[in-house]
Amino acid sequence: MIVGLDMGGTHIDGVIVEDGKIINTVKKPTNRDNLFESIWTTLEELLSGYDKSNIRRINLSTTVSTNAIVEGKTSPVGMIIQSGPGLPTDFLACGDENVFISGYIDHRGTVVKELDLEEVERGLKLFKEKGIESCGVVTKFSTRNPSHELVIKEMAEKDFNPVTMGHSMSGKLNFPRRVYTSYLNSAVYDTFNEFADNIKKSMEREGIDAPLFVLKADGGTMNLSTAEEKPVETILSGPAASFMGINAMLKTDRDALLLDIGGTTTDIFFLADGIPLFEPLGIKIDRYKTLVRAIYSYSIGLGGDSSIKVEDGKLKIGPKREGRPYAFGGPMPTPTDAMIVLDLIEDGDRDKAHKAMDILGKELGLSIEDVAKKVLDTMGGIIKHEVDGLLYEINSHPVYTVEELLYGKEVQPEVINIIGGPAKVLKPILEEKFKLPCHYPENYHIANAVGAALAKTTTEITMVADTARGILSVPELEVYEKISRHYTLDSARDRALQLLEESALSLGAKEDELELEVTEESVFNMVRGFFTSGQNIRIKAQVKPGLIQELRSDRVV
Amino acid sequence: MFKAKNRLGLVFFPAFDWAISSTHPEREERLLYTQDQIFEEGIEDIDGIHFYNPIVAEERDIERVHFCVPDVKTRLTKSHFISVGGAIRAFKSIMDGEVDKAFALVRPPGHHAHRVVYGDRGFCVVNVEAVMLEKIRQEYGDLRVAIVDTDCHHGDGTQDIYWNDKDTLFISFHQDGRTLYPGTGFMDEFGGPSGYGYNINIPLPPGTGNEGFLYVLDNVVLPILDEYKPDIIINSAGQDNHYTDPITNMNFTAKGYAELNHRLDPDIAVLEGGYSIEGALPYINLGIILAMAGIDYSHVMEPDYDEEKLRQPMDITEYIKELSDTVYDRWKNRYELSRHNLKDTDVVERSRQIFYDTDRILEEQTQRFRVCRHCSGLNTVESRSSTGYNIFGITIPRDACSKCIDDGHKLYKNTPSGRYSNIYLQDRVNDEFFK
Repeated sequence: MIVGLDMGGTHIDGVIVEDGKIINTVKKPTNRDNLFESIWTTLEELLSGYDKSNIRRINLSTTVSTNAIVEGKTSPVGMIIQSGPGLPTDFLACGDENVFISGYIDHRGTVVKELDLEEVERGLKLFKEKGIESCGVVTKFSTRNPSHELVIKEMAEKDFNPVTMGHSMSGKLNFPRRVYTSYLNSAVYDTFNEFADNIKKSMEREGIDAPLFVLKADGGTMNLSTAEEKPVETILSGPAASFMGINAMLKTDRDALLLDIGGTTTDIFFLADGIPLFEPLGIKIDRYKTLVRAIYSYSIGLGGDSSIKVEDGKLKIGPKREGRPYAFGGPMPTPTDAMIVLDLIEDGDRDKAHKAMDILGKELGLSIEDVAKKVLDTMGGIIKHEVDGLLYEINSHPVYTVEELLYGKEVQPEVINIIGGPAKVLKPILEEKFKLPCHYPENYHIANAVGAALAKTTTEITMVADTARGILSVPELEVYEKISRHYTLDSARDRALQLLEESALSLGAKEDELELEVTEESVFNMVRGFFTSGQNIRIKAQVKPGLIQELRSDRVV
Repeated sequence: MFKAKNRLGLVFFPAFDWAISSTHPEREERLLYTQDQIFEEGIEDIDGIHFYNPIVAEERDIERVHFCVPDVKTRLTKSHFISVGGAIRAFKSIMDGEVDKAFALVRPPGHHAHRVVYGDRGFCVVNVEAVMLEKIRQEYGDLRVAIVDTDCHHGDGTQDIYWNDKDTLFISFHQDGRTLYPGTGFMDEFGGPSGYGYNINIPLPPGTGNEGFLYVLDNVVLPILDEYKPDIIINSAGQDNHYTDPITNMNFTAKGYAELNHRLDPDIAVLEGGYSIEGALPYINLGIILAMAGIDYSHVMEPDYDEEKLRQPMDITEYIKELSDTVYDRWKNRYELSRHNLKDTDVVERSRQIFYDTDRILEEQTQRFRVCRHCSGLNTVESRSSTGYNIFGITIPRDACSKCIDDGHKLYKNTPSGRYSNIYLQDRVNDEFFK
């Protein structure tokens, strides 16, 4: 038995999945003042009557870190930043105190200018005086050589916890994002760890002895102990849960458009040959662009409860939600009212729904029914327009080789899979607009919890092997190994897959569910003067995100 | 992140799968460290900076500028079509108002490619800026353009293509041709009869540093641009004046390059040479990007930068001052010099030998420029190469009068085919090309 819990802003959903079948579901309102209790009551109700010792794992999607950031309830952080030559630095000051130090490491990982330890000491003293307990340490090109970050961490460790080091967050190059990601990791550390402690205590109390996993924004999971070290990975996992839910309920191995249409927003996702599209670098939260790996998702202000106005003789739907639909006592006409008028929903006050459409109809010179039809048609039109724009952007992402430019794959959806309240109503409209088949699952309302329950453990690594320097590095795993001058791409690839597997297992993955793949690899001859001095090998590899088991029971329409 | 003052379009195409040969300076690795630097600095996250992919140029885009012998297909690799396409995409982003300025970081480079192309010389096969510019003129109409070539080598190919075109001012400053490939680029190379004075060379002594480059910019280039009033300024942005470049002898720095681009304020920059791929390119490219975007570049610096060591000697400073005066005087007196040199001339003839260092080909050619009172005048080139070709090329310029158009077509029809291995006609007025 696998338990999935999805903590949303308004509801907590729970499911139990066994042998690919959903055997129980629960939905409870979220008490934002006591998230922990909300989870616990949901879990209790969900599990009552089931043998707790049969639980194989609990997968949890939580908003504690996200909420802390968005609501500004994070811990104060002192940042030590070594920015070296390059861009101006003032915009990097994201901590409550920021100390910029001298010293510099270049793109090959060579120390050009040493650290000034006194500067670091002064910075740490300042943090202490200001009552700061959390630290972040980031140096430019630390992914190529983390030595300065390691020295500073050692100095800070005795007085500060956590001390997040930039290179441990991601192996990707992007110094500003590494600064923000490290900052956020330290900023949400206390919040998340308090939450984790509570969960662990309660599980003990209830006699549940199952491994606990937390959902990440990339649609995969990590075990709780990893999440405690890297809580920043738990931000914005909500859209990932719904994405995984759609994927679990509607399986495809083709290019697909996935939509989650809710009351306020519509989330848009894509699959390429059935594999999720990721954000190229990482997710953005609040004003911070990060290196937190995430499923590509785009949210538009369009849903069943979006308010509708007439502007310049045209219907304008969204982007705001002003309240409930008119038929439920809300202030403005909404798509839900249109659906009621057209007998597509049997709920709400029909007279009020008619009145709502009448308001719009008078302005447009249309009958009540025609307006309602036009509302739904306009909704489909907005989605089509947004999706076309996103696909254009996705398909013009920068490429760097002749091969990719001439023969690179383009994402061209062949099917639309959709969840959410208006799914059934919008299916024929979207089929007409996109000229593509459109499917929705009957149990769409628990898709997020199912997505969380079935998400596999995932991870990714970035490797650089420089045979001239004789160093192989995988920064996010703290791996810096010596290699010989004759190290080859083949040996690097083997080593990458081996390290990836070890890493996935340590995150809690089961050996039989691991699907490893190399996503990028290249090798460059390094020539100095007129002689080849070595090779520069670069590899990215990942555990393919996916489902622990196939869902068998759900009916698809 | 923060916002760029100028919206900047970047076409960054390192062509990681193309090289002249595996140890040649123009190889896969060339822009690898530049990419690392651009990625690590987070350039793509800066508000107002947009990345574009190259388009693939078409054969006729090449034929508009070059006589490729025997034809375009056999002379170019896919990479050349993409390098040129990258520059065209960058220029279009300005013309379509997507951005204010653009920088095409593409390879291979192009400024040594002449009108006639037998093969690769100075790592160049097609002239990237010229093919780009003529495509834009064809699609968007006439433009008055200044090309400022800041590569350490004389931009002899660009000079050749715009030799007789006064609507394309070409200014090249470079290491003196007596000390460096391609051995041309002297002051008296001043343009053809219709463009006399609009081809300006400033040969600088080895050892020129920041002070010298910026002096030439402030005292020659900028005053001339002020008077010429171009619609568009193109920086043919070679990066081999850098003090670490392995095949040149200058002392320019990354911050110097940034400062130059800040003062020159080009609409578009196109990467040319520059082979100090680890110690210079990452920093110069970063400097140029920041300067063009209007972002503070004062923190850009090479790891081994040493101001004292790079200070320009007094004698070089004095030499450059005198040189600048001479060049500027010649520009001021260009009408007089032209009258004096072209009195009672109907045709100007010019014969040369051109060496293709990369492909080891020797070419001998004679150009003939008709002096026409109504237009730039019909011109032709007769050329033979050590590879056995013997060609005749006719060019009807963009602004040709009806007589020059007719005469060009007649000449193409009446030239006996047996005399040459290949005969070409470029009719730029009707954008038609025959071979």
